[in-house]
Amino acid sequence: MQDRFSAGRILREALGGNAGWRPWRRNPEPKPRYDVIIVGGGGHGLATAYYLAKLHGIANVAVIEKGWIGGGNAGRNTTIVRSNYLWDESAAIYEHGLKLWEGLSADLNINVMFSQRGVLNLAHTLHDVREGMRRVNANQLNGVDAEWLDAPGVKAFCPLIDISADARWPVLGATLQRRGGTARHDAVVWGYARAADRLGVDIIENAEVTAILRDGQGRFDGVETTRGTIKARTGALVAAGHSSILAAMAGFRLPIESHPLQALVSEPLKRLLDCVVMSNQVHVYVSQSDKGELVMGAGIDAYTSYTQRGALHVIEDQMAAACALFPMFSRVRVMRTWAGIVDVCPDASPIIGATPVPGLYINCGWGTGGFKATPSSGWTLAHTIATGAPHPLNAPFALKRFETGALIDEHGAAAVAH
Amino acid sequence: MTGSRLPAGGLIDRTKPISFTFEGRALTGYAGDSVASALLANDVRIVGRSFKRHRPRGLLSLGMEEPNAILNVGTGAHAAPNRFATELPLAQGLAVSPTRGWPSSRFDLGGVLDLWPTPLAAGFYYKTFIGPRLPGVRDAWNRLWEPLLRSLAGQGRAPEGVDPDAYDHAHIEVDVAVVGAGLAGLAAAEAALGRGARVALFERDIRPGGRALGRDGDPRIDDAAPLAWAEGAWARIADNPRATAKLRTTAFGLYDGRQLAVYELPVDGPYAGRIWHVRAKEIVIAAGALERPMTFPGNDRPGVMLASAVEAAIRRYGVRPGGQAVVFLNHGDGAGLRQALNAADIEIVAEVGPDETVTGTQGFGRLQSVDIAPLGPDGLPRMDARRRVPADLLATSGGWSPALALHLIQGGRQAWSEADGCFIAAGGGQDGVRLAGAANARFSAAAALADGHGSTAGGAPGPKTTGGDAAPSGQGLPLAPIAAERLKRQAFIDFQHDVTVADIGLAAREGFHAIEHAKRYTTAGMGTDQGRTAQLATAAALAAATGREIGDIGLSGLRPPVTPVPFGALGGWRRGALFAPVRQTPMHRRHEALGAVFEDVGDWKRARYYAAPGEAMAPAVARECRAVRTAVGALDVSTLGKIAVAGPDAAAFLNRVYTNRMDTLAVGACRYGVMLKDDGMVFDDGVVARLGPNRFHVTTTSGGAAAVLNWLEDWRQTEWPDLKVWLASVTEQWAGVAVAGPNAARTLAALAPELDLSDTAFPHLTWRDATAAGLSARIFRVSFSGERGYEINVPWRHGEALWDAVLAAGAIPYGTEAMHVLRAEKGFIVVGHETDGTVTPVDLGLSWLISAKKGDFIGKRALARPALTAPGRKQLVGLEPEDASVVLDEGAQIIATATPRPPEPMLGHVASSYWSSALNRGFALALVKDGRARHGERLFAWSLGVAHAVRVRDPVFYDPKGARLHA
Repeated sequence: MQDRFSAGRILREALGGNAGWRPWRRNPEPKPRYDVIIVGGGGHGLATAYYLAKLHGIANVAVIEKGWIGGGNAGRNTTIVRSNYLWDESAAIYEHGLKLWEGLSADLNINVMFSQRGVLNLAHTLHDVREGMRRVNANQLNGVDAEWLDAPGVKAFCPLIDISADARWPVLGATLQRRGGTARHDAVVWGYARAADRLGVDIIENAEVTAILRDGQGRFDGVETTRGTIKARTGALVAAGHSSILAAMAGFRLPIESHPLQALVSEPLKRLLDCVVMSNQVHVYVSQSDKGELVMGAGIDAYTSYTQRGALHVIEDQMAAACALFPMFSRVRVMRTWAGIVDVCPDASPIIGATPVPGLYINCGWGTGGFKATPSSGWTLAHTIATGAPHPLNAPFALKRFETGALIDEHGAAAVAH
Repeated sequence: MTGSRLPAGGLIDRTKPISFTFEGRALTGYAGDSVASALLANDVRIVGRSFKRHRPRGLLSLGMEEPNAILNVGTGAHAAPNRFATELPLAQGLAVSPTRGWPSSRFDLGGVLDLWPTPLAAGFYYKTFIGPRLPGVRDAWNRLWEPLLRSLAGQGRAPEGVDPDAYDHAHIEVDVAVVGAGLAGLAAAEAALGRGARVALFERDIRPGGRALGRDGDPRIDDAAPLAWAEGAWARIADNPRATAKLRTTAFGLYDGRQLAVYELPVDGPYAGRIWHVRAKEIVIAAGALERPMTFPGNDRPGVMLASAVEAAIRRYGVRPGGQAVVFLNHGDGAGLRQALNAADIEIVAEVGPDETVTGTQGFGRLQSVDIAPLGPDGLPRMDARRRVPADLLATSGGWSPALALHLIQGGRQAWSEADGCFIAAGGGQDGVRLAGAANARFSAAAALADGHGSTAGGAPGPKTTGGDAAPSGQGLPLAPIAAERLKRQAFIDFQHDVTVADIGLAAREGFHAIEHAKRYTTAGMGTDQGRTAQLATAAALAAATGREIGDIGLSGLRPPVTPVPFGALGGWRRGALFAPVRQTPMHRRHEALGAVFEDVGDWKRARYYAAPGEAMAPAVARECRAVRTAVGALDVSTLGKIAVAGPDAAAFLNRVYTNRMDTLAVGACRYGVMLKDDGMVFDDGVVARLGPNRFHVTTTSGGAAAVLNWLEDWRQTEWPDLKVWLASVTEQWAGVAVAGPNAARTLAALAPELDLSDTAFPHLTWRDATAAGLSARIFRVSFSGERGYEINVPWRHGEALWDAVLAAGAIPYGTEAMHVLRAEKGFIVVGHETDGTVTPVDLGLSWLISAKKGDFIGKRALARPALTAPGRKQLVGLEPEDASVVLDEGAQIIATATPRPPEPMLGHVASSYWSSALNRGFALALVKDGRARHGERLFAWSLGVAHAVRVRDPVFYDPKGARLHA
């Protein structure tokens, strides 16, 4: 039995010295058999379990996590949420996610602190302007909120940005998605876990998958873990940077590379930056957390790795870029840096759907931008598992597209060239 | 009694008084003081307010572990937020103030939050502000609560303006790098020098010595007092030519490949900070140990200090931190503390014995009394037998933890040691990295010296110790939080974030059993002090609350930097003009003189157009276009990427990276080509010229030069190492001027009178070496405008002379905008305009560039995949707005209706759009679904709410037969 969270409940419990709060979720022993096993207790895996139970009535589900839930990329990202993607396929799935975000706190009964303070993408070159306009137009025609701001408009929306023409990369304009913003990653993970648990899902922590079982016909049949054998006829791999390791256990290969991606926070500062600012040209993406820390992502580490450790020079590059865009940040200090392992597809779009192993599904390849997709990723994978067929939202993101060539290239226009 | 300066003693220079201000109050300290010690000497007890509850806080420590004394330093551009008072050397005129507390740290209105903190317990914000909402409507969280929380939160104020300080980066390679110049580090460095190694020694403090700086009772070392020995050792090391020894220098990161990241605060010189990238064969981490505070109710009252801080105040800074002290240790290593208290004439009013505990403290803003109660058989304090003693100082110690941060962030492991009462290193780091001294749980001076010396094995015997304390008498176990439940709310674990034992208990009750979950839920250890004083207490409280052993719970992970480092320091010299340095062609000054308006292309500045005085962009571009179409124009093409390809397999290599054949290219000829990524999409284009049987000159786009070279090297080195071919960038070896227009030949003839420019002697798509304008030149006959054209290349340093000669011969300068208009009129693509990583050569109408006769090339297999050959692909077309005066927005989407209803199907987009003076109308190139089958069709280009009717047509608007190439 779980508590129902509310302001009134907080006051009531406070009067009782906070002694009455109950656990957010159970800590179950794994059962020998489930209907569905989801490998990976990050945001995507937990959301998948939640929507399976909530929308499809499949609650006999185990989420198997090798460490503690939310300890992978769910806890290592910069928490940016937006849906202003160029291509129809991407806009559809991310916009579906954004709508889920907008109701998520109430749905999960936890404040996920989804904060719609707006996401600015700065344009510094004529190429940026062209691509920004193209994206804004595509977004608007897809029903995704998007605006084009000229340089004074950028200054009015975010006074911290220097729009002087003599800047190294002058700000020529920006795209703005007002409904975009940030969310609290821990609350998202814990909220999905708590809500899934309430519906009967078993969340099994400290259970590392060591083998993937297949029956005589080659169909998925369960997993071996460090907490024993767990059987199920249906499984899903939702393990981000370690997907390729699991795929190898299941006997197939994925077109993804795993790289460290570093991020960092500064010491907390008084409120100074309310929106999210992104700049491809200078390579900065920054927001300020409610606590006051500047949250920033660095560029991807070039070497492939599973270590969750990045290299210093990548952080140095990032700090040089941050100071180029925001010179007043120079004397602010970095408090923490960390790395997650991102699973990057050749077209920078995810894979959600069937694998060559019957009964086994996969959700991976979100690369550097998976956090924002947590709700829609789980929602579409749950649909796919429950019905055995992809939803129109995730059908384009099939693994098969790397055979057909129907890629969804979200690198944007990579080359600026004359 | 209050805090004051002792009449004598301490490592301060009393002949050098220093004035500073704290929150506007003028105060005085001495050279050698930290801001913290000077505040203590001036009896400033409240040094700040806590983050959540705004509780008044004093100095807990005098070292790097300090959680409370967080200050804003300076103002304006010189401001530095969130500096630790304990880490700031006192300086004349320094103006510091606490980061929290309004109107002041002594009278803080935010203190109302502390009146009833229970509702604000750990994680309260997850449980409220949840209300349902309508999609697209901002709810109370977004409108009200979050803005309020954001305004209340935060610590220091961000500086304003550009940082006046500069920061340096430097590199050093040594045999042995030693972190910490305490006893173990000094012994390690001397031992390494003794066996001939090159050594780097880094000390965070302004003096060497470590524990010897603020402690009595240690043995004599090589017959000297410990501090004297340390200073002597430091001097010997610093004098050794094989050694680099630096004070005020902190190792903040340890990265793969034994790369130690070190931040130095130079005492003088042009740099405010310098980051050293240290690469060492061996790294000795002798970073010492950190004392742990005890957890008891009221343990955050100003006047409660770590025992080591009390000792350091007296011994190192000559400060008397109080008059009546309670001593509360969980171990027997208190002899030095008692000696120090006696020496400072501080009365020990009570010592809390092993069967007792502190159950509370009293005093508003400063400690006045301490409650002590005996422990009952159940381990809980007997409140009925409690006594209250007056005291203004409580010296507390919960034992010591080795400073493992550097070990842990490189992937090292730790494990609980029952014998040592702390977590110790347990392998897992890199080879060649080891801990020494207290960091290695060798807590006595003698053991630390031996460990430090021995950690660099071989050589002379190490320092000898005599007398003093041989070993710490009891490295105490952390006391489980034993206070009564009702009082736990005031027993603080994380001082900076106001996390109490009750918060950990709540987290445990709610199921946050993993240490990482409990940490994140309560925010214990997530402050700017990196949780140094909170980590172990958190684990201990969680262990107690969940009935587990502390060793099974472990500590939360640590991440670099070990201590905060300024953004600007990490950025180093890459700021201002040195961030992404501007690349200029040798003709740049000429462009400026001609009134050029520049655009950014990659790192280059390219002249976009040349505005005569008073001339706007549109007429300038039209004028430049007319010059090329009717006479002759000159374009600076020096920025084009150029790659030399050489070797017996050069032709075979190029055959694999271009879609068309390059092996059939004759020496003296050149050929346009596109290269694809392995997904079949156009990546870059350019002209390949064959200089000799085994030598080629390849051009790339200006912005893509580096990416193309990387791409080619990737294939050459990792996929085809068998090919004998070599690549070199020659972009900045050749400056180039494109001479284009019906008069191009005449202009070139004036420059190179000996060159036969007839179509038979120098046909289109060939190149010739010649002397032009007296310069040794390589001339390509190519055209990007559709007019007869030559690209004259000369050595980079002669670019300006060439430019001058071309203009003197009558050519009109034109910029990239005119270049775009001219090439778009011809339907020529530009990578990045007409391509975006999703466009094949077939889509662009360049099927003729794909050779069916040669073997494999990059992207060939992809081009045959079903999705790349299916109908419905976007194809390059021309667009004519029905209203000829309209110039479409680049980035406009192509739709079938003037009144879209989202989601409106999009057919394509406008890739390039210009006004053409030759056509006297606006025109555009676009990618449109099945575009080649739509010629003549009427569609709409929609941008920011405005739709323009357009007619789809062939993309070649001008001279479709190509006759003008030979005009």
